[in-house]
This record gives sequence, structure tokens and C-alpha cells, in this order.
Amino acid sequence: MSELANESVDTGRPALRDDVRIVDTTLRDGSHAMAHRFTEQQVRDTVRALDRAGVEVIEVTHGDGLGGSSFTYGFSLVDELKLIAAAREEATQAKIAVLLVPGIGTVDDLRRAFDAGAEMVRVATHCTEADVSPQHFGLARELGMQTAGFLMMAHRTSPEDLAKQARIMVDAGCQVGYVTDSAGALLMHDARARFEALVAEVGDEAWVGYHGHQNLSLGVANSVLAHEAGVRYIDGSLCALGAGAGNSPTEVLAAVFDRLGIATGLDVGALLDAAEEVVRPYLTRWPKMDRNAVVQGWAGVYSSFLLHAERAADRYGVPAQAILRRCGELALVGGQEDMIIDVAVQLAAESRQS
Amino acid sequence: MGSARVTAAIVGPGNIGTDLLEKLRRSDVIEVGYMVGVVESDGLARARAQGIEASAEGVDWLLRQDPLPQLVFEATSAKAHAAHAPRYAEAGIQAIDLTPAHLGPMVCPPVNLGEHLDAPNVSMITCGGQATIPMVHAVSRVTPVPYAEIVASVASRGAGPGTRANIDEFTRTTSAAVAAIGGAGRGKAIIILNPVEPPMIMRDTVFCAISPEADHAAITASVHEMVAEVQRYVPGYSLRAEPQFDDPREDWDGNARVGVFLEVRGNGDYLPEYAGNLDIMTAAAARVGELMARAKQEVPA
Repeated sequence: MSELANESVDTGRPALRDDVRIVDTTLRDGSHAMAHRFTEQQVRDTVRALDRAGVEVIEVTHGDGLGGSSFTYGFSLVDELKLIAAAREEATQAKIAVLLVPGIGTVDDLRRAFDAGAEMVRVATHCTEADVSPQHFGLARELGMQTAGFLMMAHRTSPEDLAKQARIMVDAGCQVGYVTDSAGALLMHDARARFEALVAEVGDEAWVGYHGHQNLSLGVANSVLAHEAGVRYIDGSLCALGAGAGNSPTEVLAAVFDRLGIATGLDVGALLDAAEEVVRPYLTRWPKMDRNAVVQGWAGVYSSFLLHAERAADRYGVPAQAILRRCGELALVGGQEDMIIDVAVQLAAESRQS
Repeated sequence: MGSARVTAAIVGPGNIGTDLLEKLRRSDVIEVGYMVGVVESDGLARARAQGIEASAEGVDWLLRQDPLPQLVFEATSAKAHAAHAPRYAEAGIQAIDLTPAHLGPMVCPPVNLGEHLDAPNVSMITCGGQATIPMVHAVSRVTPVPYAEIVASVASRGAGPGTRANIDEFTRTTSAAVAAIGGAGRGKAIIILNPVEPPMIMRDTVFCAISPEADHAAITASVHEMVAEVQRYVPGYSLRAEPQFDDPREDWDGNARVGVFLEVRGNGDYLPEYAGNLDIMTAAAARVGELMARAKQEVPA
């Protein structure tokens, strides 16, 4: 175990090339919308297009992070390590990042991802559980990887508590603390309060990031507020490809920041081409604000639950939006996808009784 | 058949050790003679108040006692147990290890304890392992299980600093035990902490890959039988629903799947009811101790 896990270290946060760094997660969060069935060719083509458009960090992993391939979350069509290695081969300037959710993935998975070519890891915990992450940050820094910490379901705790959790991650070696709006539930004032709290708490040593979902259509607007509040890492996905109603679209973020005169270093035209000509043709569903996705933002439900709830709805003959609302009432957190089946079975039993 | 109760010691007077003491006080085959810590604590004071000899002078003190215990339950840390284990073995004391040291064979009482009743040291695996391995075994004893996966959802308040600092230990150990003890070809384990208030009762889900031709009625019957077995020592262990069978899928390598959905409500002895994850560890350890003690009573010394 690394000593880094137990003491505060100089985060040595990476220098910024531009005013803000747009991180693309089409090939990680998008894995949810693709039911984790990315082909190697799709990954190669997407990485090439993003790399050419100037994107500096491209995340490639099973949607639920390293080791996510499972009954609970869905099995990957192609082993993620193969996809990471393929992405690494295609990237000329971009770094390949991976997601790791402690409790699902382990430091062993992280070592394998590093060996396959990953240069950055984003360690994700529920917004109140940051103290499960130090062992993973410790190894990442030992390996010389760049690091970010995802505080998921950030709407579930107060700005002050979220900042304290970011502090735990930064003290363990995290270079970018993220306000991660996994449910796409943060309204603009909620989002701004969290950005400001994290910038005040860790902004001297680490960057602050924002990961948005479009369930209430606020991902891009919140990204603009984020930049104003001092957030310097902002996530997007081409064609919004991500869980729920998808992420803030990378191509829209690039266009909006360009209009605002905020430098991203991205080629807007090249990103529009990438979205239209590379990603759209392989979409099996174009994430959008349909009833179920809006319910997720409205009821504060982890966006990745969407496809699982739809499948359980078919299997048990209960409405997906009813399943999702119950998941919100139970305050389920990311990773509890297994409970969706339990909820559907209970709802089906309740409807038989009534 | 002897009837004198077997003397046991508990090393580690924290929440786990104290809950274990509550459970063992109901035993008619074990008498807890000693409670051992390394600093004065509430746990030691509670034990003394119950008339148990308790000391903050550690295992050195314990090994000077006469009579020595025949059984020791260790609820300290992996590091402490690694240091103590050879000394217990030398003194001929059988050790039941609740720490993550995993020095001896891993045991799950209704699955494989019979093979290890005379082992000098046994490991209690993990909380998620104790909750789910009986179900994996219940399926694998009636039909081949090439792959099994478990998800343990635990209340944040029930996950202490040790678990949090090394959450990978849970994942690794439980995965390995799901295969080795549960009888699956491969195992995978996931743990999720949920901070909802009031705290959630421990939940566990078990998914087993099975053949499309597997006998659903036999699997269901085996699961119910095993639930009853576990309920003998964990009364709050129950199915949330009947086992759920899903048709084969291409992305499951053509396998079908059975899902078992469990709730583990703690007994509320010392630990709160929601902490089923901790309760099932102490209950399983108490069960192991009782069966070991019975075996000792049956063998003339």
C-alpha cells in the first residue's frame, strides 16, 4: 500500500493548455447508452476523430468503470483492456483516461489498464464516500498517472459536505475534484453553489471539474456557470452519448465556449463532423430527454439505471418510469443496478394485489 | 459425551467483539472466559460487568491464563491476527478469524465447515461472502454454475474505517470465495455503500449463470432449503422474492441466469439491526465456534 494514501501530497496538477479542458467521455459514459457493446472499430474511429479535433483527454472504459463487465451492469462486447489499447494506438496527442469505481474495480484492474496504455484515472465514489478512494489514488500516483476524483450523485449532499469529500480525495493524490451530476438533477443555483464550494476548498492545489447529464437539459448551461465559477475540467460526449438523456454534447460545449471567447483549443468544425459522421452512424439510440430520462433528473436517479429499468419494465410488465421513481424514493446510489430488478418484482406484486 | 462448556476467548473488544460476546452468552456449549484488548475500553468494561475476565494487556496476558481457552475468536486486524496466529497454534488454541488475514481455510458454516472442524485456524471470509456463498452453493449443488456474481449493498454507517481503507480486499476475497467455496467456475463480487437515512438494511444479490436446461424447480427448492439453514444462526436472513429466472442471452454466452435477492437484518444484539453485514459475520463465527466446541465435547480429551 502506498504511503501516499495516508498523507497530503503536492497534487502537481497538470498545466492547462487553454482556458478550460474539455474531457470527452463518449467511449465511457456512452458505453451505457450502447449497452456496453462498443466494437474496437468504433473506438478507433472515435478516438482518431477526437484526437484530430484537439481533445486532450479521452475516457475509454466500461460505463461502470474498470471491471464493470458483469450481469449487474451488462457484459462488454469487447474486453475494455483491448479497447483501451486500441484507443492508445490511435491517439497522437490525447491521453487515454479510465474510470474506476472502488467496490467494482480494484487496483489490480488499474494496473492492467495502465499497462494497456491508460495515462489518467478518474476514481469515482458516491458523493459522501470519498474515503474508499485513497488506495486507488495512491497507486495511480505511484504509477505516474494523472488523477481525477468523481463525487457522484453530487445533488445528494450539501455544497459544504461535497467540498469536504473533495478534500479527502485531494489529500489522497487527486488532481481534479469533480462535481459529478450523475442524475442530471442539479439546477443552476445548486450547481453553482457546489462549484464555488469546491473551488474554495481545493482550488489552490487541484482543479475542479464538472460532469453533467442532460436529463433536465442543463448540462451545457451548467458548464458555462462552471467556467464562471472557476471550474477548469468539463466533460462532454459526442452526440451526448451517455447514460440517461446523455452528457453535455462535446460539440455543443466547443461551440458555446467558442462564442463566449473562452479558449478550449478544440476545432468546432472537426467535432461537429466527428459527431455527425463518426458517432451518429453507430448509435443504437440517440440519448434524449424522453419521459424516462426526464424522470431521472426530476427524481434524482443515477442516469445509468435507464436501460436496466427499461429492460426490467419489459420483463415484469411494469412502467419504467414507475421503477425509476421508486429507485429515487429508495435513494439508491450508483452501482445498485441489481436493485432495479428487486423494485420491478415488488411493483409487479403490488399491481397484482391492487 | 462430555457436557462441560468449552472455554473461549474474544480478542478485540470493539463493536464486533462485543456483539459476538452477546451472541455467545446464549450458547450452551461455549463459555466466554476472557475478553482481551490492548487499551482499556468500553468493550472491556462491558465484559467485566458481565463477570468475564477482561484485560488490556493483550495476547501475552491471555496466554498466561490457567486454564487456557480452547477457542479464540479474533476481531482485531489482519496485522494483529497474523502476529497472534502462530502463538495460538503453539498453545493448541483453535482460532476463528474474523479479520481479513485469511491465514486458515475459509469457512461458510452451512457449506464447508464440516471439512474444517479440526483446522487450527479458520477464516470467516467477508460479510458479503457469508451472506451470498450459501446461495451460490445452493445453486451449484443442483446444476453447474460456470460463473457467479454477487452484489452486497451495505449502509454507510455499517462500513468502518478498516473496510473503507481497503475496499479492494472485500472484492478480491469475496470473488475468490464465491468460486472456491460457493462452487462457481468463476466468481465476481461488488460492494456498494449507501448513506441513506434511516440506514438501509443489508441487501445482497446473487446471480448465477446456469444452463438453459437447468431444473428451475430444483434450484428454487435448494435455495429455500439453504435459506432455512442460514436462518438457524441468522434469523434475519430472508429472500426478498422468489428466485428469478431469465432466459438465455447471447451476451451471456448463451447461458440462462438465476437471480437471488436477499435481505440480511441484524439481530440487534449489540450492533444496530441495519448492520446485517456485521451481524452475519458474528453470527457465522459464533456458529463455527459452537460446532467446533461440540466436536471437542464429543472427542474425549
